[in-house]
Amino acid sequence: MTLWINVIIQGVLIGGLYAMFAAGLSLIFGVMRLVNIAHGDLIVLAAYVALMVVQGFGIDPLTSLLLVVPIMALIGYALQRGLLNFTLGEDLLPPLLVTFGLSIIIQNGLLEFFTADSRKLNAGPIEVQTFQVIHGVWIGLLPLIQFIVAIAVIWGLQVLFYKTALGRAFRATSDDQSVAQLMGLDTRHVFGMAMALSLAVIAIAGVFLAVRANFDPSIGPARLIFGFEAVIIGGLGSMWGTLIGGIVLGVSQAIGAQLNPGWQVLAGHVVFLAILAFRPQGLFPKVSG
Amino acid sequence: MTKVDFVKVEHATRSSRVGVVIISLGLVVLAAAPYWGDRETLRLLAELFTYVALASLWNLLAGYAGLVSVGQQAYVGLGGYLVFALAMLAGLHPIVAILIAGPVSALVAVPVAMLIFRLRGAYFAIGTWVVAEVFRLIASQISVMGGGSGTSLPAEIIIAMAPSRTSREHEIYWLALALTAVVLGAIVALLRSRHGLALTAIRDNEVAAQSNGVDVIRLKFVVYVLTAFGTGLIGGLIFLMKLRISPDTAFSVNDWTAFVIFITVIGGIGRIEGPIIGSVIFFVMRQTLADLGSIYLLIMGGIAIAVMLFAPQGLWGLIAERLGWQALPLQRRLVMHKTDWPAPLKSGPS
Repeated sequence: MTLWINVIIQGVLIGGLYAMFAAGLSLIFGVMRLVNIAHGDLIVLAAYVALMVVQGFGIDPLTSLLLVVPIMALIGYALQRGLLNFTLGEDLLPPLLVTFGLSIIIQNGLLEFFTADSRKLNAGPIEVQTFQVIHGVWIGLLPLIQFIVAIAVIWGLQVLFYKTALGRAFRATSDDQSVAQLMGLDTRHVFGMAMALSLAVIAIAGVFLAVRANFDPSIGPARLIFGFEAVIIGGLGSMWGTLIGGIVLGVSQAIGAQLNPGWQVLAGHVVFLAILAFRPQGLFPKVSG
Repeated sequence: MTKVDFVKVEHATRSSRVGVVIISLGLVVLAAAPYWGDRETLRLLAELFTYVALASLWNLLAGYAGLVSVGQQAYVGLGGYLVFALAMLAGLHPIVAILIAGPVSALVAVPVAMLIFRLRGAYFAIGTWVVAEVFRLIASQISVMGGGSGTSLPAEIIIAMAPSRTSREHEIYWLALALTAVVLGAIVALLRSRHGLALTAIRDNEVAAQSNGVDVIRLKFVVYVLTAFGTGLIGGLIFLMKLRISPDTAFSVNDWTAFVIFITVIGGIGRIEGPIIGSVIFFVMRQTLADLGSIYLLIMGGIAIAVMLFAPQGLWGLIAERLGWQALPLQRRLVMHKTDWPAPLKSGPS
């Protein structure tokens, strides 16, 4: 029994990471209807940026966030203003194909620069610290921190969306781009800010990914898929939904892995497909009105 | 007074008549390749054919039906695994197995489409990718097919195909040429039919097509399933040529989707000639730049992005727009033959 409690708790905690993958994806889809196929590769890029910062300054991975987050946000803004803004329009082919090309460029760029070797960030003793909640049920400190950070990120995005001027600009652009423009919003800048924010979230996710397990240039697409599945499971357009989606995905994978190590990822996909079959609007769809 | 004797739709233009003659001559030359080409040329040409077919199928899906899939490797891999399984476990001749792989892939595509058609637009793309990943993970769980490390086609099956290595290679070459010609022919026939007119309408404006009575969803569904048929067929052929299969090569997003998208985009998406031109460019690039390794892929991604931004109609699109050419008779022009009309008039959308 405690075995399964442990499995489920681990699944929930990793779900926080998936929710962070999903939040950045959901954010830009919400604001500009862009599905960024390079999303997963950008997460891996963030992990490598963190690696360089950690090695260059000799600092702790979690402290490195102070630099990695603004660096990634800048990259995001530049990427949107310099490239992706030119692909947006009625036709959904250009943004899809351009971000697909971007994904290939990032993957092979990383491969060229950092080789295919597996890397990992070392966060020191907190990596292995655990505490016992009830008899036989253990929680790792790092996964717990990661989960709390995920909740904080989602909460922060929620506040930003509904309580700030930037959030109002996001929502206005999302509702009607041309009217937003008529009201004096520079949508190119709004899109740039949305991508910057998305990549800031990606930066946090990337650092936790890099601390948690080994990474190499090829693992991006799988992260994109996990984030995407969390978005759809949770329900499009709902930030808290992505957290639930991430948790459902994390728990499914944990249970699958416990049954058979080969089923970990497959179990997540199966749950995703089941949601698609029986509840295509997701568990917590945005109330339309 | 005007009197119109009859009105008919013409597909052919002068350029398409020239195009058909050139293509027919090209087919004859290619069919004779075993008599003029060496082993390496034949291998390369056969591979080129498979990419022409895959890209043409993807073009039908994304360029015409607007279904941008990044998961067609699902059916390439499925076709490959089906051929290996049918040949190794059921003892079928590999060519028979390929012919079965097509319809079975289409059959599998029906429930898949019912699921992923619930995803709209760009999310559909990632949904197709999930499906391909599911296929890959399932394939790596099948122990009779070697699980995660894959399997080779046993020598006795290969030897049973043809007595000598040379005749076997010729057989596979002709098979590749024939299957590609059949796939391309089927696509041309589809586009020339009334469904093709509906598809072209969807390509140009989905809402307008729907308002003119085109059942968009149903047509997309049919195109998805037909594409799976062709892709499974070609997938089976590809792995019969490789003689070895593993989950990672069979369901590779790079080999069967990234390259295919690159080919279609630079050649000209939404045009039947695009994938053919694109494949040739891709192979020339690969033969000259492949030694660069990952930099080569970097360059490829960069070119695809540049084309998408600055010349989204692709190379053939540029040619066709400047010169009004079409290599295959796909246009529809209304030709009126009249008696009392002041001057002969030809009109109609290109």
